[in-house]
Amino acid sequence: MSEQSLLQIRNLSIDFPSRAGTVHAVADVSWSVGRGETLAILGESGSGKSVSASAVLDLVDTPPAVIANGEILYRGRDLLKATRGERRAINGRKISMIFQDPLAALNPVYPVGWQIAETLRVHGVDKATAHARVIDLLKKVGIDDPERRAKQYPHQFSGGQRQRIMIASAIALEPELLIADEPTSALDVTVQAQVLALLKELQAESGMGIVLITHDLAVVEKVADRVIVMQAGRVVEAGTATEIMNSPQHPYTRRLLDAMPGRHGFATELSASDGNVLLEVDKVSRIYGIEPGKIAEAGPKAIRAVDEASFTLRGGETLGIVGESGSGKSTLARMLLGLDHPTAGTIRFDGKDLNGMSAADTFKVRRRMQFVFQDPTASLNPRMTIEQIVSEPWAIHSDVLPKREWRAKAVDLLERVGLKADHIDRHPHQFSGGQRQRIAIARALALQPEVIVCDEAVSALDVSIQAQVIDLLKQLRSDLGLSYIFIAHDLALVRDFATDVIVMYRGQIVEQGHTQEVYSNPKHDYTKRLLIASMAHIPKAA
Amino acid sequence: MGSFICKRSFQSLISLIVLVMLVFFLARLTGSPADLYLPQDASAAVRHDFNEQMGFNDPLYVQFVGFMVGLLHLDMGQSLQFSRPALDVVLQAFPTTLMLAAVTMPLVLLISIVTGSLAAYKPGGIFDRLASFISLLGAATPNFWVAIVGVLVFAVTLRLLPTSGTGTPLHWVLPVAVLTLRPTGVLVQVVRTSMMTALSAAYIKTARAKGVSSRAIVFVHALRNGLLPVITVASDQAAGIVNGAVIVETVFGFPGIGKLMIDSVLLRDFTVIQAAVLVTALAVFVINILVDITYALVDPRIRYN
Repeated sequence: MSEQSLLQIRNLSIDFPSRAGTVHAVADVSWSVGRGETLAILGESGSGKSVSASAVLDLVDTPPAVIANGEILYRGRDLLKATRGERRAINGRKISMIFQDPLAALNPVYPVGWQIAETLRVHGVDKATAHARVIDLLKKVGIDDPERRAKQYPHQFSGGQRQRIMIASAIALEPELLIADEPTSALDVTVQAQVLALLKELQAESGMGIVLITHDLAVVEKVADRVIVMQAGRVVEAGTATEIMNSPQHPYTRRLLDAMPGRHGFATELSASDGNVLLEVDKVSRIYGIEPGKIAEAGPKAIRAVDEASFTLRGGETLGIVGESGSGKSTLARMLLGLDHPTAGTIRFDGKDLNGMSAADTFKVRRRMQFVFQDPTASLNPRMTIEQIVSEPWAIHSDVLPKREWRAKAVDLLERVGLKADHIDRHPHQFSGGQRQRIAIARALALQPEVIVCDEAVSALDVSIQAQVIDLLKQLRSDLGLSYIFIAHDLALVRDFATDVIVMYRGQIVEQGHTQEVYSNPKHDYTKRLLIASMAHIPKAA
Repeated sequence: MGSFICKRSFQSLISLIVLVMLVFFLARLTGSPADLYLPQDASAAVRHDFNEQMGFNDPLYVQFVGFMVGLLHLDMGQSLQFSRPALDVVLQAFPTTLMLAAVTMPLVLLISIVTGSLAAYKPGGIFDRLASFISLLGAATPNFWVAIVGVLVFAVTLRLLPTSGTGTPLHWVLPVAVLTLRPTGVLVQVVRTSMMTALSAAYIKTARAKGVSSRAIVFVHALRNGLLPVITVASDQAAGIVNGAVIVETVFGFPGIGKLMIDSVLLRDFTVIQAAVLVTALAVFVINILVDITYALVDPRIRYN
C-alpha cells in the first residue's frame, strides 16, 4: 500500500508538556490515505483525532506541543523535515483543509470571494485569473448568483453555504488531499447530507484523497472507505467502514456504536397520555418586527419565529420538539420559560394563563418548570462552586428549604445525578462536559419541578456521553415522575427518549403525534427528509 | 449612513447645548473678573462701571439669553484679556492643537500597531517581554516629568532642540515626543491583547492551511479583526489631545487651545472659555462620527440603521 499512498503517517507521537505532566495527545499513531480514497478518523473530543491531521499542515503549534517521534510522508517525503516555506507551498495547493465551524473558520471582515481567491493568489495565480476561477468555484459548490455573492461577507450566508465556500477555497488548486475536520458537525441534519454529497461528488471528479475527522458514526458509514478509531491518543481499531460498522472488535468502538442514538426501540414503555394536562400551548405566535397586539397588520417584513403553535403536555409525558436551526423551537422554549412573551396565543400551566398572572403567582409557577440549556460551560457560572450553583434556586425561592439544609440536600442531588459528594466544593471548570450537564440537571431538580425543558441539552456532548445523560434523564423520569420538553435537532435521539414528538419547520408545527407513529408514518415532506437524512444509518434497528 | 449621521448630529446638538449652559454658569462661580482686571484699590464706583460696561451687572438669566442670542450669530462676545472677539482668539489657537494631534496620533498608531502586533505574534517571547515592559513604563510615566527632563537633556544640556515656542520643525520634536509616549504605551497593550485574541481565531488556522505567509496572517487577517478596540481607545486619546494637551502646551509654551483655556480660566475670561469649550466639543463630536464611520469600514458586520 505504501507505494500508492499519497500521505502516510508513521509512528507519530505528539506531546503537550504541562505542569501537571505531559499529555500524550497522539501516541504512536500510523495511518495512510491514497488517491480517491476516504479515510475516516473516528473518536470523541480529546481522543487526538484532530491533532495528527493538523500536524500534516503544520497547524500544531510547537511550542507548546512537541512532536516527539514519527514521520509524515507526503509522496514519500517527510514533511517534518521540510522548511516552513516548503510546507507553506504544499499547504492549500497539494493538501488543504476545512474545519468544523465555517463561520469561525472564515475571516469575518473580508468578502468570501477574496478569501477563495487568496488560496490562488498565495500560490502565484494572478488577480484576474483568480477572480474568474472564484466564480467557477462558487458555481461548482452550488452557490447561486456567484458574481454578486462573491462580494458578500461570511455572515450573509447560511451555515451550509459557508461550508460550501470553505470547500470552494480548499479545492481551488485541485489539491490531492483534503482534510476535513468535523465538516458537518455544526450543520443541520439535512444540510449535513448535502455537504457530504458535495464532497463525494468532488472526489469522484478529481480523485482527491479525503481524510475525514469525525465523531459521528453516521457520517463514517455514509462516506468512508476505511476507518481508524482513536481513543486517548492511540489507534484502537482500524479496518474498512463495513467491518467497523458490522463487527467492531475493540470495546470502545462497540460502546460508540451502542451509544448511537436510535439503536434501541421506541420510548414506548411509557404511554402516559392518561396523565393530567400540565401545559397547554394554544395558538402561540411570536412575531418579530411588529407592534404588540397588531398581528393583523403584520406585513411582509414581520418574521414569524413561531406561528400558531398548539400542543399539550401531560404529566409523565416526554415531548420531543425537533427542527433545524431557525425553525422556532428555541423561541418556543424561551416563551415556555417566560424568557420571551408570545405575540399572540396563550400558554397555560396547570390551567392558569402564564401571561395574565400576577408577579407573585408567576414566581410560584416558575419553580414547577425548570430548564437545562445546551452549553453546560456557558450556563454554569465559572466563579461559583457546585454547592452555590445547585443551592441558588433555594436562595431565590427562599420559602422552599431552610439554609442549614442546603448543603445536605445539594449532596443528595449530586448523588442522584451520578456525581460524588466531594464534588460539591469544586468549580465548573474541574468537570467534563457530561459532568457539567449533570450539575445543570441537579440544579434544575433543586425545586422539585414537574416539568424540565431541555433545550438541546445533549447536543454539545460526545455520543457516548449523550447516551449516559439521556439514561440519567430516563431514570429521573421513572423515579420522580418528571415530564420533559426535549428540544433537539437530532431525530434519532428523540426517538429513543420522547413519547411524543413535534416537528417544527419555519416556525410552524408541521407534524405531531406519538413518536412511533411519526417515525413509521411521516406525513409532511420535511419530516420525511429529516428522517432520511438522520436515520439512514440505522435501517436494521427500525 | 446619511440618516445615521443626521441622527447622531441631532443627539450631539442637545449635549452641546447642555454643555454650553453648564460652562456658562460654572465659569461665573469662579468669581468676578473685576477683581482681576482692576487695581486692588479700585473704588466701588469704578468696579460698578467696569461691570456695567461688560454686562456683568445684569441678572444672570439676562446675560445667558444675551449669550445664547449671540451664539446664533456666531458672536461669542469680546475677550477680556485680548480685547478681540473670543471666537477669533480660539480659532487662532486651535490649529496649533489640531496640528499637534495630527502629527502625534498617526505616530502613536503606527508605533503601537507594529509593536503590539509583533508582540502578540509570539507571546512570551523576548520581543513581547521587552515591548510590554517599555510600553508599561511609557504608560506609567507622568507627562510633565518627561517634558521637563526632555527640556533639560535635549535643550539645555545638549542644545540640540529649542526649549519652547513654535516656528521651526525642531520646535515640534519634544512636544510631539512627550505627547506620543503615554498613548503609545497604553495602545501597545490594547493592540497586543486584541491581536492575541484575533490570532487565536479559527480563521487564522484556515489561512495557515491555505499557505498564507506569517506576515500576511498578522497584518492582513488578524489586524483588521483586532482593530476595533484599538480604534475605540485611539479615538479617546485623540479627543484628549484635541481637548488641549494642557501640560505639554504649557511646558513648551505652545500657543494651543489647552494653554489658552488654562490662561482664560485663571483670568476669568468667560467668553474665551465658552468659545474654547464649544469649539473643542464640536471637534470631539466630529472625531466620534469619524470613528463610527471607520468602524463600519473596518468591520462589514457593523451597519448603522
